[in-house]
Amino acid sequence: MTPTKAQDNHQGKLMTGAEIFVRCLVEEGVDTLFGYPGGVVIGIYDVLHDLTHIKHILTRHEQGATHAAEGYSKATGRPGVVLVTSGPGATNAVTGIADAYMDSIPLVVFTGQVVTKLIGNDAFQEVDIVGITRPITKHNYLVKDVNELARTIKAAFYIATTGRPGPVLVDLPKDVLAAKAVFEYPKTISLRSYNPVVDGNIRQIKKAAELINEAKRPLLYVGGGVISSNASAEVRALADKLHAPITTTLHGLGAYPEQSKLSLGMLGMHGTWYSNVAVDQCDVLIAIGARFDDRVTGKVEEFAKNAKKIHIDIDPSAISKNVPADVPIVGDVKRVLKQLNELVKPLDTKEWLKTIDGWKAEHPLRYKQDGSLRAQHVIDKLGEITDGDAIVVSDVGQSQMWTAQFFKWKHPRTQITSGGLGTMGFSLPAAMGAAFGRRDLPVVCISGDGGFQMNIQELATVAQNNLPLKIFIINNGYLGMVRQWQEFFWKKRYSHTQITSPDFVKVAEAYGIPAQRVSSPADVEATIRKALAHKDGPMLVEFVVVPEENVFPMIPAGQTVNEIMDSPEPLKQSHATHKTMIHAKG
Amino acid sequence: MASSTTNEHVKQHTISMTVENHFGTLNRIAGLFAAKGYNIDSLTVGPTEDDAVSRMTIVTRGDDQIIEQIMKQLHKLIDTIKVVDLTDDTFVDRELALVKVQCTPTSRMEIMQISEIFRTKVVDVSPKTLTIEATGSQLKVDAVINMLKPFGIKELARTGRVAIKREFQGEA
Repeated sequence: MTPTKAQDNHQGKLMTGAEIFVRCLVEEGVDTLFGYPGGVVIGIYDVLHDLTHIKHILTRHEQGATHAAEGYSKATGRPGVVLVTSGPGATNAVTGIADAYMDSIPLVVFTGQVVTKLIGNDAFQEVDIVGITRPITKHNYLVKDVNELARTIKAAFYIATTGRPGPVLVDLPKDVLAAKAVFEYPKTISLRSYNPVVDGNIRQIKKAAELINEAKRPLLYVGGGVISSNASAEVRALADKLHAPITTTLHGLGAYPEQSKLSLGMLGMHGTWYSNVAVDQCDVLIAIGARFDDRVTGKVEEFAKNAKKIHIDIDPSAISKNVPADVPIVGDVKRVLKQLNELVKPLDTKEWLKTIDGWKAEHPLRYKQDGSLRAQHVIDKLGEITDGDAIVVSDVGQSQMWTAQFFKWKHPRTQITSGGLGTMGFSLPAAMGAAFGRRDLPVVCISGDGGFQMNIQELATVAQNNLPLKIFIINNGYLGMVRQWQEFFWKKRYSHTQITSPDFVKVAEAYGIPAQRVSSPADVEATIRKALAHKDGPMLVEFVVVPEENVFPMIPAGQTVNEIMDSPEPLKQSHATHKTMIHAKG
Repeated sequence: MASSTTNEHVKQHTISMTVENHFGTLNRIAGLFAAKGYNIDSLTVGPTEDDAVSRMTIVTRGDDQIIEQIMKQLHKLIDTIKVVDLTDDTFVDRELALVKVQCTPTSRMEIMQISEIFRTKVVDVSPKTLTIEATGSQLKVDAVINMLKPFGIKELARTGRVAIKREFQGEA
């Protein structure tokens, strides 16, 4: 939003901290604020009462507010903004802040605080939230003087949204919000101690280009940094120019259309068989905005061991943290790729792509089709019906992995999930946030029965706002991913992973949300079509799926591609024969 | 960490950094070391020529990869203005110790002689004790303490290291 004259008129006026706070948000162009009122922030809520510039969304729990802000930010590319009260309001927000930190999501979280003279006195609803969130925020502030308020808010937005994005928390004592100061919102800000490098070193970029130009078996390994940097077009240009295959991390999904022949889908623990083998066999690995997370690498010493590694990332500390880079490039991936794309030449990768196509044909993603309902089928159908034109927000666990595997991702900012922290209960509030931010695409929330019950209260927020959100619950009666590990590694001792649920259809109906239950594969398509056609409001569908299904492929934690477990469904060619063949080559 | 951390590759490093003099900055840095499991041999913090800036000197140890991560992580903190690993440069470093040593009329002279050899100062004296102020490199302060130990050290207060890069590198 560009500041209008009406907004500018507030500059130079004497006003309270609460008014300054709200004016700052208006100046920042904030249109949506997720929050929950409480004693020390009543002053702010009083100002919000008369304001039309900013839509305040009252969630039903502060965790819901932070996840909603994450979903909003992921879907729109704008920072997510949260306002909660002191004490329990602040601590309830902590999981969402940690989640945003792990997944580099720009959030600005405002917490109320007790009056400054009571800080440290164990006052009612007092907690040292700045201390608590120090290791899970990019930066945080306690504002002690109303004259510092506007500048601090400007700095908070600047830090959250630049460099490697992340959450910034600003703690606002009640007396600071009540005190008066002249409102001056700085147009720009610079901090001598914070100057993220955005332009890559040109010599390094040239080195990378030389390495790429000699590659026989190049592979792009693309992470969430590409989405944050809005660099999907540049990634596409690079892959297409090089004729290089491309695999993405969980957060990289959507950076490159998966319908394309060059796409290998997701890599890592539950990545496709062929993407993981391609990583093992490639000779130049081009890592772009990815961090070599343990769920991607497995045993780090063996990861892409035959390849020279180029690593492009805006965060210097992400480079060579887990896997040493041969050519590190620090910079904004969009800017670096623009330069790199000029310097690389088209490669002859026919042989390499042919080999990969062979792997794809022999080890496709697949699941048992025996007439019983499976989550993979639901997600497969959703992908088919929407043709990838949907924002899909997943929870954590098996349903998340199946979503990542079977939905055919097409657009950036359409895949939203809790990757780094793996927060169960993320999907419903995050999908709400996405739906508040985006109306151009349908928003579908895919959750397991366990995760859904962790933030089920947000159904009220969905209902109150009549959000056109489609909520799909994959109900297998288990905490499925833990059960899968128990099956594989703990002698099938299913300790406390069986979980009961309420009647989700009745629950939804109690909130005034239409709902339906599906138990047969035959009803999946029609029900999904019906839900998507219901554009005026929310709809919940519970899919009752087989209880003991596993996510394949799987590379057990800390192991290598040699230990990959593919789906037990029949293969065209024996797994063992094929493995011998590729390893003889490597 | 990708490379195995064997003791041979572990080396002591002296890191000097300037940070914004905000409350909580020390906490952020100490918290970073704790959260990432890095060692701190010593950490000192104090003012600089600019009131808004503090200098921290951190003595830590690790192999090259860990030290590289420590440097990057310290740099990543928003309040960090500059971080330098002094280890491979020539630099001046000092530590200070106050050593309260037990003495008798007969041992007092001997202790004072030791103090003189090391060019340390006697800063307090009582019938049964002497307090020595020792300033110098870690090795010198260690040596002073070791020499005084046989007399019986009653109390010891020791700072961490402060260090500054020499202006002319490579000159004596």
